[in-house]
Amino acid sequence: MAGARTSPDPVDGDDAPPPARSAPEHRSPQTSDAVPDAARRDAVFQVRGVTKVYRMGEVRVEALRGVDLALYAGELAVLLGPSGSGKSTLLNILGGLDTPTAGQVRYAGRDLAAASDRELTRYRRRHVGFVFQFYNLIPSLTARENVAVVTEIARDPMPPAEALDLVGLGARLDHFPAQLSGGEQQRVAIARAVAKRPDVLLCDEPTGALDSATGIVVLEVLERVNRELGTTTAVITHNAGIAQMADRVIVLADGRIAEVRRNAIRVAPRELSW
Amino acid sequence: MRALDRKLVRELWGMRLQALAIALVIVSGVGVFIMSFSTVDSLYETRARYYREHRFAAVFAPLKRAPEALARRVETMPGVDRVQTRVVAFVSLDIAGFPEPVSAHLVSLPDHGPAAGAGVLNRVHLASGRLPQPGRTDEALISVELARAHDLAEGDTLRATINGRRERLTIVGLARSPEYIYQIAPGAMFPDPARYGILWMGRESLGNALDMDGAFNDLTLTVTRGASVEDVIDRLDTLLAPYGGTGAYAREDQLSHRFLTEELKQQRTIATVFPVIFFGVAAFLLNVVASRLIGLEREQIGTLKAFGWASADIGLHYAKLMLAIVLLGITGGIGLGILLGRGLSHIYMSFYSLPYMDFVLRPRVVAAAAAVSIGVALLGTLHAVRGAARLPPAQAMRPAPPPVYRATIVERLGLQRWLAQPTRMILRHIERRPLKSLLTTLGIAMACGIMMIGGFQRGAIDHMVGVQFGLSQRADLTATFTDPTSGHALYSLRSLPGVEHAEGLRSVPVRLRHGHRSYRTTLEGVAPDGRLLRLLDTDLKPIDLPPEGVVLNDYLAGLLGVRAGDVLRVEVLEGERRTLELPVAATARQYLGVGAYMQRAALNRLLREGDALSGVHLAVDARERRRVYALLKDMPRIAGIVEQAAAIRAFYDTLAQSVLFFTLVATLLGATIAFGVVYNSMRIALSERNRELASLRVLGFERGEVAYILLGELALLTLAAIPLGLAIGYGLCAYLAYAFQSDLYRIALVLERDVYALAALVVIISALVSGGLLWRSLGRLDMVAVLKSKE
Repeated sequence: MAGARTSPDPVDGDDAPPPARSAPEHRSPQTSDAVPDAARRDAVFQVRGVTKVYRMGEVRVEALRGVDLALYAGELAVLLGPSGSGKSTLLNILGGLDTPTAGQVRYAGRDLAAASDRELTRYRRRHVGFVFQFYNLIPSLTARENVAVVTEIARDPMPPAEALDLVGLGARLDHFPAQLSGGEQQRVAIARAVAKRPDVLLCDEPTGALDSATGIVVLEVLERVNRELGTTTAVITHNAGIAQMADRVIVLADGRIAEVRRNAIRVAPRELSW
Repeated sequence: MRALDRKLVRELWGMRLQALAIALVIVSGVGVFIMSFSTVDSLYETRARYYREHRFAAVFAPLKRAPEALARRVETMPGVDRVQTRVVAFVSLDIAGFPEPVSAHLVSLPDHGPAAGAGVLNRVHLASGRLPQPGRTDEALISVELARAHDLAEGDTLRATINGRRERLTIVGLARSPEYIYQIAPGAMFPDPARYGILWMGRESLGNALDMDGAFNDLTLTVTRGASVEDVIDRLDTLLAPYGGTGAYAREDQLSHRFLTEELKQQRTIATVFPVIFFGVAAFLLNVVASRLIGLEREQIGTLKAFGWASADIGLHYAKLMLAIVLLGITGGIGLGILLGRGLSHIYMSFYSLPYMDFVLRPRVVAAAAAVSIGVALLGTLHAVRGAARLPPAQAMRPAPPPVYRATIVERLGLQRWLAQPTRMILRHIERRPLKSLLTTLGIAMACGIMMIGGFQRGAIDHMVGVQFGLSQRADLTATFTDPTSGHALYSLRSLPGVEHAEGLRSVPVRLRHGHRSYRTTLEGVAPDGRLLRLLDTDLKPIDLPPEGVVLNDYLAGLLGVRAGDVLRVEVLEGERRTLELPVAATARQYLGVGAYMQRAALNRLLREGDALSGVHLAVDARERRRVYALLKDMPRIAGIVEQAAAIRAFYDTLAQSVLFFTLVATLLGATIAFGVVYNSMRIALSERNRELASLRVLGFERGEVAYILLGELALLTLAAIPLGLAIGYGLCAYLAYAFQSDLYRIALVLERDVYALAALVVIISALVSGGLLWRSLGRLDMVAVLKSKE
């Protein structure tokens, strides 16, 4: 049931160990998008010339128009941009939820753009954790079960209770989503995403549906996971204030990368100006 | 339990009413399937065991009289296994306290030898009492049904007119025989246990009474394994011809056996037709529900896929959900099927004379029902589940694009100004998904059609009896003579007080041949302008019987492939056994039996006999009926009397049970389907349009106005379904009428207005009940929550 497979796949062959989890070392002040050579070797994702066109009903949407980008092991990157700038599309492609219309997306040396549906499923199962704006919890399952639904198919997960402890919900294990506040639901979603010990954590507007106080609690959890587990983390937001907690900020506009900048220091979430 | 399975259980509970409605449809399908097949299997099994244990013969040969020694020659014929000679006679009975005529078939039981008592073949099954003692001329067994009808028991006596002599017989036991599972008097169309029964007496006593000492007039035999029954019959006919053999026939042509076989065939038809409908409807319902459920859980599917659940897992998850509903239906259906199967078998046991009923439920019947249900469920949900599994996760998590609506044909025709906005919403919604609307309509229509079948049976039988006995066979009494009798008998019967009219008939066993087809029946010579037996054309107008040529009933004409004007070869199986070529003058509409007719005078001429009669049809003044019975009973040459009206009454009594049972089942099942389809459709419409309807409520629409949009659509579909359903019902009834036709009877395709009305009414009531349930849900519509949610 958990999709055991015998044939090696291009995304996750035996010869492709996941990128090393290393705490970010590049904290030196830099204002350009130049990246040290040492870090470049640790690129988890290499995106080249990616475009994405899709149809929404009878409307044709050009979501990405040629994106080049790299994400590095252990870093916390914020993708910033107004709605419709293509940041969700980019994140979906990085997470193997969607495939680009053209271009290359390399993860640990393998091209996600050319991967089959089964390979992408395998990739998501092994390497990726997601956090969504509207939490996307399964309403008929409790907090613990919502985490279990993912750990059940993971290779070396932490126990659901431990993951929920990590996000401060150790006391609300058996509550259904409808019995939890928005912030709590989002923390369950984060627990669900990190419980499998993913290599990358992709967060799509994780605070978008929350008030600022609750949002900060959620961001603290994300920051802690990134720091303690060394998980490469990408956070999408249209809230420029959040950008200060990142190692790098990637700004998107109209389906293109408008700017990449490196923060001299990562600001702790509780000090962010919202 | 795995988290995904917990989700399944909780969601199933959340949609329990819907799931129940679907499960009920499956319960109905599986129930009818198991009921029909278990009844068929039980009857087959019981009959086979009864035949085996009581050595039911394979060939039957009636004859005039042959010396007992002839039996040795039959035994040495190739292919013959066991032989049983008998003495049989039709007798009239006089039962105390019952003025009407009762006739019986009197059959001998061997007195001596290894087979003494019950006999070698067609052994009697003694229900109570004992066998007659050899040499006792006053002891007899009587059939259980006859005893029951007259409340007779061992020790009681009755009088029988045997060969013109009145004998007093003491009942020593009640019995049954595999030969008379279906008991019907010669010339009668329906079993009537109060007026026709079977009697058994010792061979010697009966032989003496019938002047058959050392002789027999009936022979039955079994054939050796692998022997050709046809060949045995041919040889037997040649051997018995000099002894007045009227043609041997195989078990397949034995009346009781044949009737039961026809019944089993019909049951098989029911076993196939009904479940097909139920399973079709169930597949549709599952498809609708699965599509909707998956539509609602689009985002959950996306999330699960985002976290690496494979498409196959997701597909399996929803398939399991649907299977859970189906398994519920299967379990309930098996229970219902066993219950109904036992009930129906019991009704059959009382309708037929069976000593026991082995209820048989074959594992493969259950397995087949389960396999078909599961197959149907998977087929029904395959499309939706596959769609869910295939949805790319990113797309799954985006809200579905707004559905594309268009102006409807009504509006394109320029009629929109007559339609308010809510009405336009209804029409556009129907037109946007024409297939779904069509299937909903079809599902409701099927329910309507199924219900018509129950009413159809009753009405068709009324019509059949009305035509056959009201227009065609109108005699109050039909008396048959022991032997062909001079035409003078007609005058003496006509002069009896109370007899208003009498018509003579001459009937003779014949084999009719046309090309390679042949059929064994009796050719009846009747009065040309008779009032008591009239032949009718397809418009039910009397046919003038031509002076020459035969008239066949339409079913027999079809069997032989002849039309008016063709020439038929008629082999007479009596007397000189002449073979004649006769033209077919016309065909007549008859719902019962397989009859061939010609003018009596012409038949007498062809048989080279004088004015001979085999029996007489009588019209009797109702007030004088008793006197006429009493007089007829005392006439030695009268072998049997059939009273038509009483027979019909008895038939209705017996039939009423099974028809009532069937009507009840059909109505219940029809209502189940109607409710299942309507309720599910409404439920789904509500979940699909929850947001839209809540928005309208926010804008100031009242509950009634919102309900109009939702219920109006279903009312429209239900109304459209009714005429369609009536047409489908007509088609189903036509199919049943076609499938049920046999040489015993045909069912007329007659549907009275009340049959249509009842079917339509049940559909409307089911729709109203569903609407009522939904009205309550509409009251709970949460406007605020709906508007807050992001979709």
